[in-house]
Amino acid sequence: MINWLSQVASITFFNLRTIPHRKGAAVTAAVGIAGVVAVFVGVFSIAEGFRAAMTVAGPDDVAIVLRSGSDSEMTSGLSREEVRLIADAPGVARMPGGPLASAELFVIINLPKRSTGTDANVPLRGVEKAAAAVRGDIRIVEGRMFEPGRNEVVVGVGAARACSGLGLGRAIRVGQTEWKVVGIFSGGGGAAESEIWTDAAVLQPAYHRGDSFQSVYARLTSPQAFQEFKDALTTNPRLKVKVLRQAEYLAEQSSMLTGFIKGFGVIIASLMALGALFGALNTMYSAVAARTHEIATLRALGFGASPIILSVMVESLALALVGGAVGAAAAYVAFDGFQAATINWQTFSQVAFAFTVTPRLLTYAVTWAAAIGLLGGLFPALRAARLPVAAALRDT
Amino acid sequence: MRFLVLVWNNLKRKKLRTSLTLLSIFVAFVLFGLLCSIREAFMAGVSMAGADRLVVRHKVSLIMNLPVTYGPRMERIPGVESAVHWTWFNAIYQDEPKNFFGSFPVNPEPFLAMHSEYLLPEDQKQAWLKTRTGAIVGRTLTQRFGWKIGDRVPLTSPIWPRKGDQAWEFEIVGIYDGAQKGTDTSGFFFRYDYFDEARARGEGTVGWYFVRVTDVNRVAEVANAIDAEFANSPYETKTEPEGAFAQGFIQQMGNFTTILIGILSAVFFTILLVAGNTMAQAVRERTGELGVLKAVGFSNGLVLALVLAESCLITAVGGLAGLGAAWLFAARGSPIPAILPVFYLPTENVILGVGLVFALGLVAGILPALQAMRLQIAVALRKTD
Amino acid sequence: MMKGETPKPSAVTEANRMSPDDGILVRVDNVDKTFHRGSEEIHVLSGLSLEVPGGDFLALMGPSGSGKTTLLNLIGGLDRVTRGSVSVGGERIDQMSNRQLAAWRARHVGFVFQFYNLLPVLTAERNVELPLLLTPLSKAERRKHVETALDVVNLSHRSRHHPRTLSGGEQQRVGIARAIVTDPTLLLCDEPTGDLDRKSGDEVLHLLQALNREHGKTIIMVTHDPHASARAKRTVYLDKGQLSTEKPE
Repeated sequence: MINWLSQVASITFFNLRTIPHRKGAAVTAAVGIAGVVAVFVGVFSIAEGFRAAMTVAGPDDVAIVLRSGSDSEMTSGLSREEVRLIADAPGVARMPGGPLASAELFVIINLPKRSTGTDANVPLRGVEKAAAAVRGDIRIVEGRMFEPGRNEVVVGVGAARACSGLGLGRAIRVGQTEWKVVGIFSGGGGAAESEIWTDAAVLQPAYHRGDSFQSVYARLTSPQAFQEFKDALTTNPRLKVKVLRQAEYLAEQSSMLTGFIKGFGVIIASLMALGALFGALNTMYSAVAARTHEIATLRALGFGASPIILSVMVESLALALVGGAVGAAAAYVAFDGFQAATINWQTFSQVAFAFTVTPRLLTYAVTWAAAIGLLGGLFPALRAARLPVAAALRDT
Repeated sequence: MRFLVLVWNNLKRKKLRTSLTLLSIFVAFVLFGLLCSIREAFMAGVSMAGADRLVVRHKVSLIMNLPVTYGPRMERIPGVESAVHWTWFNAIYQDEPKNFFGSFPVNPEPFLAMHSEYLLPEDQKQAWLKTRTGAIVGRTLTQRFGWKIGDRVPLTSPIWPRKGDQAWEFEIVGIYDGAQKGTDTSGFFFRYDYFDEARARGEGTVGWYFVRVTDVNRVAEVANAIDAEFANSPYETKTEPEGAFAQGFIQQMGNFTTILIGILSAVFFTILLVAGNTMAQAVRERTGELGVLKAVGFSNGLVLALVLAESCLITAVGGLAGLGAAWLFAARGSPIPAILPVFYLPTENVILGVGLVFALGLVAGILPALQAMRLQIAVALRKTD
Repeated sequence: MMKGETPKPSAVTEANRMSPDDGILVRVDNVDKTFHRGSEEIHVLSGLSLEVPGGDFLALMGPSGSGKTTLLNLIGGLDRVTRGSVSVGGERIDQMSNRQLAAWRARHVGFVFQFYNLLPVLTAERNVELPLLLTPLSKAERRKHVETALDVVNLSHRSRHHPRTLSGGEQQRVGIARAIVTDPTLLLCDEPTGDLDRKSGDEVLHLLQALNREHGKTIIMVTHDPHASARAKRTVYLDKGQLSTEKPE
């Protein structure tokens, strides 16, 4: 066993030392793999960033209630009656002022996007007094909260960053009226940061919604109270609703776009990986061909077939890992933290997010690279092992 | 042409290496074709936009409705030929959000007159006019669900419930096709009068308007006139050319084109490296043979041309096959009809692809070709004495 | 063994007729050739002069590294002199540009190499056809010339074979066929029998003699095999850059 290992080691080191002689081919293979890894990481960092923005790990005791059959707040509708019933349900935490629940409206307002200058759909949410308390991670970072009944709004940090004209003291026009931006808020990095908030009572007439809402956000007495809350609502004959945990809802809302980006990314990365694989195979085949004489000599001297196979694969793996590391590092530097905003088709509105290169993503990427390296070395390695020794030795 | 034999035979050398190079080039161009198709799928709304059409929506946002009375009012504005309304119905089919498609109540005759890109046989149009619950469906959509004329389709809408809360019932009376390759034929259109009468709320409102102008050169003027007409009213409008409206959606996605170009560049650069390296290697191995050609009388220029021809031949075989494969894949139809209803590889992109194939061949081959050209014959033929 | 037919004259043949005015086909005059290896200068040939009359069959012998191949290359326009002049058929080839040299070689010279230098991816007949690709001949005309050349070397039956399926002797004969297919006046052979066994070598030499005697080709052959040089009309010896007709001790 030791003998075998030392055979592998000695051949491998010998191989690796000859790489500088084959700089051109080696660099090519490594660059090919670096490219694959960089693209893979880049595209997936978009998906990761988007998903992160949408599913920030908020408190586990926030529930959302929508009309049954709606797949998003936009298409849901709840009357004041229904909203009152929901807020009074068992499981909802209570404060001195009343239940910790906020009936909300979710609409769109068109505002110019900074990066393109053209209009984008920005989420505009009408909330009740308890909204921030319900969510638990909303903080005013500049200015103050809006006062109920007034034409005032607060803007999430993401929205302020993505759109122009949303600074403190600026105003947005809604029909005939102007609404002043009185505060900027943060929401723990989650979806709320892409939104503009105002008083639901002020939003309803502006958007001709009468006295209807679209959703109710409720803070429960405990995460375990969810089931009780849900059961109470779904068995109530006067209500036709759908009850979800906030985390579930957000994940659902981002599923289509995340799925699309990931699907897209996988296809691109697969095709590139295939291309890189061919490049790696080419490199390794020519490496083996160039060393036919040496390999035959080694075999004549008594080195076994398997150390030779392994040494070729190790060499290919080494090249791939170097390429993969370079690609991953380049992608991290280029992409991580890059601010962007895009439209989430499911909510039909903008979501601000940052490209996120996670450790898990990097691990996947390097694994891909290693796989390419191993595969790229396998077939040439087998060919090297099966060389007819005598003929190869005769070859000049 | 006589030299083609020489070039072709050279490719048969080291078949494995040539095949691998061919395959990586093939993959690169499949990717190119695929990305171009995806880009076109997103941009279809812009490319297919009518130059003489405007979109009029509620100024605050698209999701707010406009009065149906705006139509006739706009038609009285000078420069406006006709105005046709659409409304977002948000149909859910078989209770499954994944079955998403665009659904709209419209006024049949004006709608078909405005949207000449939708081709509907006359008899089907008559059937639609006669059937209150009739709906016309796009060809792509019928292929997705296997619908035929005469089928009854019940739909629900979370935003537009029906009075009495039953499902909306429709009968398919027509199937429309697109006038051009990029026309979206995944829509479901039914009658506005049926909708307006049975809807639980919002009677007399519509989503947005398409407006045709009489003079294409006065598009901006007419747009301003429309917005001025409704300024300071409870329903203010924003009017823009159809192309700009479609473009606005794509812009909302962010810098999509940049990302695509970035990916393609990365891929092409890598492939270039691979192909170039293979070429260089091949030339290095053939120093002796190239020397013989020169000895026999092949001029430097001819040798350069032969090496370039070889590299172009490799990229051509791989690249054209890749483009062809991508084109065939796109011709099968959209892989995700719910998100990208239109899916094909536009001819301009194919031409661009062919250009890239030869550019790639030239760039990959130029260094080795120059090397070959400058080979000193005596050096190339020198044997170890 | 050898068919005694003379190939019919053709447009190509006529154009390749080099008519030296005084009977001297090749004139090398006071030629120096220096190589640079890094910073070293190697003087391979110094002040070398040689005259080869038309119709001659000259053997060029000498020890390894004496510059025989270099001299051959200079005469064939494969390399350039450092100083001095080389004229072949009355034309000063040392003054031609690369492009002119290429065209000149195509029409006036045929080369035969020790290791045959056939293109492995081409069949024998395609290998022979190579020089003809540079002429304005049509496909049919080219085919005729190739057939004739292969006929002369007696390899018509192996025309579709690739070099790897031919023996050393057969490969060399293909090389000779290629060298004569454009009917050049001058044949330059660099150790043509160096890689062949005695029997095949003899066949090749016999062929060269016939080409010289019956087809009037001028042949300059580098060799270090006395059996080969015995077949030539005359022999010169090259040593340390100097030519002499005497065999050195």
